[in-house]
Amino acid sequence: MSLPRINFSLLGLLSFGLISSSMLHANQPLTANEEAVLGKALVFLSFQDPSLRVMVLGVLLMGLNCGLMGGYIVTRRLSMFGDTLSHAVLPGIAVGYSLTQSKNNWALMLGATFSGFAGVWFISFLSRHTKIKTDSAMAIVLSGFYALGICLIAYLQKSDGGGVANLENYLFGSIVGFSQGDLLPIVCSLILVLGTFVLFSKELLATGFDPSFARSIGLPVGLLEFSLSALLTFCIVSSLQIIGVVLVSALLIIPAATAALITIRMDKLLLLSGVLGAVSGFTGCFISFLKNGLPVGPVITLCSASIFLTILWLHPSQGRVCLWARSFKRNQKIRLENTLKACYQVLEELSFLEESFPQSLLGKRRGKSSGEIEREIDALVRHGYATRVLSVGQKQSDLPPETMITLTPSGWELACKMIRNHRLWELYLTQEASYAADHVHDDAEKIEHIIGEKTIRQLERILSNPRLDPHGKLIPSQLDIESGWTREHSSP
Amino acid sequence: MSSIITFLTGPWATPELISWNFQILVMGFLVCISCALVGTFVSLRRMSLLGDAISHGILPGIVLAYLFTGSLSLFPMWIGAALAGIACGVSIQWLHTKTRLREDAAMGLTFTTFFALGMVLLGLNAENIHLDVACILYGEIGLIPLETDWYLFGKNLGNQAIWSMGFICIFTQLATFFFYKILLVTSFDLSLAKSLGIPVNWVQYGLMFFLALVVVASFESVGVIMVLAMMILPPVSLSFLFTRLPCILWSCIALSIFYSLGGIHLAYAMDFPISASIALTAVFIFLPCCLLGSKGGLLIGLFDLVKKPQIEDCSTK
Repeated sequence: MSLPRINFSLLGLLSFGLISSSMLHANQPLTANEEAVLGKALVFLSFQDPSLRVMVLGVLLMGLNCGLMGGYIVTRRLSMFGDTLSHAVLPGIAVGYSLTQSKNNWALMLGATFSGFAGVWFISFLSRHTKIKTDSAMAIVLSGFYALGICLIAYLQKSDGGGVANLENYLFGSIVGFSQGDLLPIVCSLILVLGTFVLFSKELLATGFDPSFARSIGLPVGLLEFSLSALLTFCIVSSLQIIGVVLVSALLIIPAATAALITIRMDKLLLLSGVLGAVSGFTGCFISFLKNGLPVGPVITLCSASIFLTILWLHPSQGRVCLWARSFKRNQKIRLENTLKACYQVLEELSFLEESFPQSLLGKRRGKSSGEIEREIDALVRHGYATRVLSVGQKQSDLPPETMITLTPSGWELACKMIRNHRLWELYLTQEASYAADHVHDDAEKIEHIIGEKTIRQLERILSNPRLDPHGKLIPSQLDIESGWTREHSSP
Repeated sequence: MSSIITFLTGPWATPELISWNFQILVMGFLVCISCALVGTFVSLRRMSLLGDAISHGILPGIVLAYLFTGSLSLFPMWIGAALAGIACGVSIQWLHTKTRLREDAAMGLTFTTFFALGMVLLGLNAENIHLDVACILYGEIGLIPLETDWYLFGKNLGNQAIWSMGFICIFTQLATFFFYKILLVTSFDLSLAKSLGIPVNWVQYGLMFFLALVVVASFESVGVIMVLAMMILPPVSLSFLFTRLPCILWSCIALSIFYSLGGIHLAYAMDFPISASIALTAVFIFLPCCLLGSKGGLLIGLFDLVKKPQIEDCSTK
């Protein structure tokens, strides 16, 4: 359900950006710089250049791969584990290079995979067999392996003179010189990830959310965990060349965290985070292509972060803005209903002898200043729940004329309902849950606004249509409310 | 044999080398002490990776400060970095408490975003910033002796960078000394601390402030990732030797000398970056501690296991 909505909003955002930027410059001649940027954009979007096509494909697949993998990482609280692992592969890259003396992809990958495994083993060994906590173990492995990698790379650079300058690309990533051969590891890793997720989706779900249950039904939890970290290592290693050691965890975490904001279903989450990863990879690649000197990894990270922020604030059902709006509305409704309740109570104090009552009594009842009461009554009048007239009564005095308030039939009905909800709940708590009569008010004060008619019917059935609440006050019944309950009925 | 002698005497062979390396040694010592003091409390609270997150998160602050002031002087950079670090910490806290995200995801998300922001700012202003990103990642403690000297009342007091690190170090030590009890109780028993009326949240924020301060002060010399090694490895290594917190804190100082000495010698012998070799030295010291330490070391554990075999778990039978 939420997937198309997001895609639409994304498309909307994109097209809005394009339109507004073209509007801004519509009546000015383009500068040379802008023309160059536009030209580049056209080159990029036409996908004519074969090497460009390879790059875009690589970035898309990498985003998809990391997004999918990230879904599992984030839901298992392993986010920082991914970060640790990405730093731990560095010595392997250096060793792989020094063994083959070339930037042979496979040697580097193999070395990186081995050193990633070593990192995983160290973390689990330290946290399982010593008193070191997991977070400290991760910090040790992260910094230790990273230091080792930096030392090895520096050593190699000294020993064969600058030929390994490319190795520093693995720190920050680069898309320059990305060729078809580099695509292969990404594709392999993606196939492995997809295959595992499709074949073992249930098993992975069980081990992720309830390991002891998974163990009790005989699943090889350890093996599954290990294969997941192996997959994670493959995924990180294959993405390193483009996005670099430091930021690969961004592509693992951010799309999945974005998806986790929206949905709690695992399948949807995986799908969404894969798509978001691919989208941010593509957008980041596009933007860094437009401007020279923009490194591709950080731009991809910022793209996914801005998608995250957009969804965090503006998502139609989960966004913070919408949540705020909803809670504002709810608060308004509650205030309105509380005012109506107070009106009823004022009338009750007057033993329902009068149709209308002075504003000052309401103010006393609500315990609020006259200005606040004024505003609350304004709201009542606006919603058509009450009318007010300035009394030019018989009691002429020096005092300023009092504002008299009269509830309209709809206001009267709602007020009765609120009072009924409140008192029914109080009665229910005292009779069925054996609360003390002086402990039930606060609870009822909250629930009266949200309890539905259906629950009210149930309560009435359970309490066999009571007339009096624990404090001896009358509970207006449905019949009373519907038959235009007047004070003749209620007067004792 | 001769190689060992070179290893030991190499950095101290000539007067120039001695004065150069001595400055690096002092700097490394100061950085290690400050990091270890803060790191002890950070690792006790299981927030080790928060140090990593904040140390990455300061990058945009540094770049922005550099863009505004146009100089590599320390003070504006500290301000910028401290602000960015605090912003990073606050947004991690906010995301973790106010949204559905878990703490680790909030952490990973925030610091990578901040770091990427810093890198993009660097990339956009590459022609007028001479800040090497690789240097931010693993520091340039080897160039510390090149910093300008500090003149007070016309007297040359020596290297400015070392002085400022020294002040930070003393500040950290004083704070640890004065707030020791509060830090102790909040680290080990949060509910007791709350019931004693200690403002737990403020202690947390204060610790984060010191974390940011130390990270910012040392990033130039050891970089944002090695700082993690210098924070976490000393307390963890020492926890295999001592179980009392004051012992750990005091022996951190002794350990710091070994770290920086070992780092300099290793770097000199193998031509490694100095900060990375300090971190490697820390790992080399950690491994024997972990294996042989008297308080929960691995070998001791094995020995205990042999001596009194564990009682079989009845529930499995």
